[in-house]
Order: sequence, then structure tokens, then C-alpha cells
Amino acid sequence: MESAQPGARLRLIELTKRFGGVTAVDQLDLTVAAGTYFALLGPSGCGKTTTLRMVAGLEEPTRGRILLDEEEITELRPYRRPVNTVFQSYALFPHLDVFENVAFGLRRRGVPDVTEQVRAMLSLVQLDGYDRRRPAQLSGGQQQRVALARALVNRPRVLLLDEPLGALDLTLRRRMQLELKRIQTEVGITFVHVTHDQEEAMTLADTVAVMNNGRIEQLGTPAELYEFPATAFVATFLGRSNLLSGTVVGRDGDDVLVEAYGQRFSVPVIRARRTAGAVLLGIRPEKLRLVGTVDEVPAGHQAVAGIVTDAAYLGTSTQYLIRTGWGGEFSVFVAADGEARPVPVGATVVAHWHPRYAFLLDGGTPGGTPAVPVDPAGAVPANGVGPR
Amino acid sequence: MSGTYRRLLPYLLVLPGGLWLVVFFLLPAVQLVATSLYDPAGSLADGYAMTWAFGNYPDAIRAYWAHFGRSFGYAGLATALALLLGYPLAYVIALRAGRWQHLLLVCVVAPMFTSFLVRTLAWKAILADTGPVVGLLREVHLLAPDGRLLASPVAVVTSLTYGYLPFMVLPIYASLQRLDRRLLEAARDLNARPAQVFWTVTLPLSRPGVVAGTLLTVIPASGDYISAELLGTPRDYMIGNVIDAAFLVRLDYPQGAALSVLLLLVILVLTIGYLRRGAEEVG
Ligand SMILES: Nc1ncnc2c1ncn2[C@@H]1O[C@H](COP(=O)(O)OP(=O)(O)O)[C@@H](O)[C@H]1O
Ligand SMILES: [Mg+2]
Repeated sequence: MESAQPGARLRLIELTKRFGGVTAVDQLDLTVAAGTYFALLGPSGCGKTTTLRMVAGLEEPTRGRILLDEEEITELRPYRRPVNTVFQSYALFPHLDVFENVAFGLRRRGVPDVTEQVRAMLSLVQLDGYDRRRPAQLSGGQQQRVALARALVNRPRVLLLDEPLGALDLTLRRRMQLELKRIQTEVGITFVHVTHDQEEAMTLADTVAVMNNGRIEQLGTPAELYEFPATAFVATFLGRSNLLSGTVVGRDGDDVLVEAYGQRFSVPVIRARRTAGAVLLGIRPEKLRLVGTVDEVPAGHQAVAGIVTDAAYLGTSTQYLIRTGWGGEFSVFVAADGEARPVPVGATVVAHWHPRYAFLLDGGTPGGTPAVPVDPAGAVPANGVGPR
Repeated sequence: MSGTYRRLLPYLLVLPGGLWLVVFFLLPAVQLVATSLYDPAGSLADGYAMTWAFGNYPDAIRAYWAHFGRSFGYAGLATALALLLGYPLAYVIALRAGRWQHLLLVCVVAPMFTSFLVRTLAWKAILADTGPVVGLLREVHLLAPDGRLLASPVAVVTSLTYGYLPFMVLPIYASLQRLDRRLLEAARDLNARPAQVFWTVTLPLSRPGVVAGTLLTVIPASGDYISAELLGTPRDYMIGNVIDAAFLVRLDYPQGAALSVLLLLVILVLTIGYLRRGAEEVG
């Protein structure tokens, strides 16, 4: 390692890729700080792989630039880029044993003695003694480690990982997540990790970028993204959110007043992405509390009344589905802290929350459609699972 | 009974093919070996006597070792040329041709829609002394003013190369076609230049195709007799021509059979040796 910092800063500037009529990556602007663990999170088909392939040099951008630190690499052939990839399919060479797979990059660059480096790398991924095995003789988890070692041994400035744990079962995936994190800390290389698993992104990454339709919707630490999502897409892709479509009707000091379904709600202005017009009022299911009657709602809290239509006991929490007076659905997660008593299906309840937990999102222009299809009654069914 | 049926099914399935092999391969092979050991003094008219005349073999080798050498020399040369021509062709068709792939493949196979004999006669016209190729080569002084291509080893090897090229191209194409393109991208990502990608990944992984193509070319080419017959002189004759003459002209059945068995054995030994070496390097 010549430079003090083994990892480089990666910058994408207006990076665009079109396949015929399909815009896979749309004017992406992104900066990944040197030496950090960065996650690119998004649903299947949103352009994550295409982005990585452009950084690796395997796909030519339609437009835009790619910079490593100050050096432009947009036009460099892949073999000239100090970037390596862990492929989703691993793409291990079947005709070479583990040792030769790992040594591949070093040999191509004419490194004279590779044995020590390869051994050290196999040791780092805990595959000592597997040198002479063929990829076909390894389990999925072991193949994954070989793929990682094969890329890392070249000491890239940036390591690209395309859904590297996608093919592993849940237990193994959790273990490999911890290991990836450990290895990244140890080697100090910039990791760009693509995944569609929000929990994986939040576990691993210092910074997460949520991608949708070829664009970055929001970038930040996992906590920032979770606590104050920028768009309805982020609010529902990263964990779950109850979203109510409403209209801003005024201000009250530091609060924005919103009317939705004939009710008034308030949200602190610092928690509002938009302070006029059509908005979506969001509240996370675990921020809601359930009580039996409106009288029990603490002062300063806001409430929605409804009937319990479903209760799922999950051990650490119970997830309730509440049908509201106007026919919408609310998700409520009640932590199993020993104090909450179970609420039977069919019971009339009031869900309440403190306004500081709510957030306001752009609801699209009045009469227009919001960023994600919103249930006409108000709540958005979420694709993710909330934290326990 | 379904249990009995189940147990018998594999044998029933093997039966037609097995019978076919026994009748059309095993019996003739036994007959061929037997014929090669008949008393060479006999004749087709008077009948042959089985005298276990093992001497037929050394006699045949003494008389025709040069033809054996020429056969394998020509066939080896033709195979090498077919590989040099065929690999790039198969590579382009499999990896670079895009939507033209199938059309190009048909073009490779198309010559086989006409008989080998007709195609070889066409070569006779192409390489004729008054033909365009000779004319051009004489023009640029690559060939002496009275030089010719016909009736020369060049013509024979050219014809062999051409004739068996599809057998080289098709297996290589098949193995390249099956090649996982993601491995090529992985190699590029791991600092391999285009040429390195080829030598370290593409070629080793298409090896089964190269082995199959080589065998499918060299085996029939070493037994070929049409090319030398039509495009060469007796000085260019291969062992196939000798066997042909032994059976059909000289009517010396024991010698023809002995030469056939020898050819078979040599090919068998070479093939096994080649496959074992290939397996060692891969395994
Ligand atoms: N080689 C290609 N040709 C045409 N369309 C492609 C190609 N690669 C990707 N796409 C399209 O680009 C979009 C993004 O794909 P991709 O980057 O693979 O998404 P992700 O990795 O996020 O699942 C998809 O709509 C996909 O169909
Ligand atoms: Mg992908």
C-alpha cells in the first residue's frame, strides 16, 4: 500500500446508462467517502448492478464520469482500474483450484511471488488449507469467501460487491455480514455493497444510498434514513411506514398543520420535507401506542381510532393491523416489554403517537399521484420488515 | 408385472443399439481380423484358408510403412490447419456473431449437404493449372511459371483440411457457446488483458471442444483416400488408397485386412494417449 489510505474516494457524476429505450441508471450523482462501508440499496431492477458494472469498467456509461480520488477512470479499460468485484454468481474459475483462483489477479499483473499474499488472504477469509480444492468442491459460503479473497488480494482502492450474500441461507448470511464488516475494518478498503436487503444494508454500512428507478432517492446513515426518510419510497422500502395522504392547512409555531381524512394532525417543521400543498404524513408502526379509548391518549399526542383486524405475535413484538374509521389500515408494532396486554382481534382501539416521531413527505402536486401507489385509504403496505 | 418390467427395461432399451453394434460393427471387425490372418496365397476365386498367417502384418508394414507415415503426416497437418482456421471461426460465431450466429453455423455445415466426392472434385477445378488460384500465385511469383498445385501434397492437405473443418468447428463452437460469459468478465475485472483472458480462461475452458474437434478431424482424415486419389499423384497416396487398392484392384484381401487392422490400432493408441494426456492436464 503506497498511500496512507488504502481505500479511495469514489465519485459518480451524472452517471447515466441507457439500454435502448430503458434508462437503467439515470444521472446518478454520488460520493463514497474513502475507506467507508457503503451500501447501495434498492429493489431488483433499479440499476444497482449496472452502476457497479460501470465502475468496474464492464459497462460503458452512456454519459457521466467516474472518479477515484481525483483521477478520472471513466475511459479506462477494466484491467487498468484499481477496482475489483465480488460477483453475485461468484464467477469462480472452475478449471483452477482455490489457490489459483485467488492468485489470478496477481499473476496477470506479473507479481513474482504470490504464495505469501494468497496464503495470507485465504487466512483472512478463514479458508486455510483449502488451496488445492476446486470451486465445485466447496459449499456456497466457502465459494463466497474465495470470491472475496480473489478480489481483495489485489488490494483494490474500491471493492465492489454485487449482492454477495444473496445466494446464502439466512444464518450464513448473518455470519458473513459480520465477517465482511470485520474484513472491511481490517483492510480499510472502500467497500461498495449492493443489496436489496434493507436489514443487510443497515447492519453493514456506514452510509446507505437508497436507489429506485435508476436514481438515488436518499443517502445517509442508516439511522438518518430510518428516522427521517426523504421520500415515500424510502419510508416504505426501509422498514415500514404508515402514510396518510393529506394537505397542509397552516402553521402553528414550529409545527406544520395537516388535514387528512377530516382529522387535524401536526408535525414539527424540522420533520417536514414539504410545508405546503399535498403531503404524506408518515409514522413508523413501532412509534404507535395502543389504548382502549380516546380519554387514555396522553396530552400532546395525536390519535387515530379503529378496529383491530389482525394480530400477529412475533415474540419480540406483536404486530397489529388496525382498520381506521375511514377504511384505511394502520400497522402497529407493540414491543413485548411485559407491560402491554394483548388486544383481541375485533377490539376497538385508539392508536396514538407523539408528533415528534411523525414526518411529512411530498405528496405530489394536488391531484397528482404520490411517489408510490398509496392505498386510497391512507396506509401504504410495506415491503420491508421493521426492526425488532 | 411392473417390477419385472422395470428390471428388464434398461436391457430392452439397450437391445436395438446393441444388436446393431453386434451385426454391423463387432461381426465385421471379427471378420476383418480373421481375414487379415488368412493364407495370402489364396484368392477370391479359389477361396482363402485360415492359416493364422501373422506374417501378413510385418509384410504389410514393410511394404507400406511410407504410406502410413504419409497418412498421419497429412492428417496431422490438416488437423493443425483446421484447428488454426476453425478455432477463430468457432470463437467468432459463438461469442461475437450476435444474431448472425445461426446463419454462420448453417454456412459451416452447408458444404456437408453435398457429398465429399463432389466437393473434392470442385477443389480439382479450383486448383487446376488453368484455374484462378494457380494463375494468381504465378502472377505474384509465389509459384514458378510452370508450378502447379494439383497433383501435389499441398492439394491433398488442402482438401483434407477443408473436408473435415466442420468437424473441428462444431465441437469447439459448442464448448465456447456453453462458456459462462461471466467468467470472462471476472477475468477482465481481475486485471487480465484481452489476450490474457483468452489464454487463461477462454482457451482452457473450451479444451473439451478442442479435444473432440481434433479427434473428429484426425481420425477420418488419416483414413481418407478420396483427397489423394483425386487431387494427388500415386506419390501422395495415403494408407486409405492402399487399402482401397488391396481390396478392389489387387484383390489381396488378407493384406487389405491387415492394413485396416493396423490403421485401426494406430488410431486407437493415438486417441487413448491423447485423451489421457488431456485428462491429466485438466484434472
Ligand atoms: N445488458 C442489458 N441490456 C438491456 N437492459 C438491461 C441490461 N442490463 C440491465 N438492463 C436493464 O436495466 C435495468 C437495471 O438492471 P440492473 O442494473 O441489473 O438492476 P439491479 O441490479 O438493481 O437488479 C433493468 O430494467 C434491466 O432490465
Ligand atoms: Mg443486480
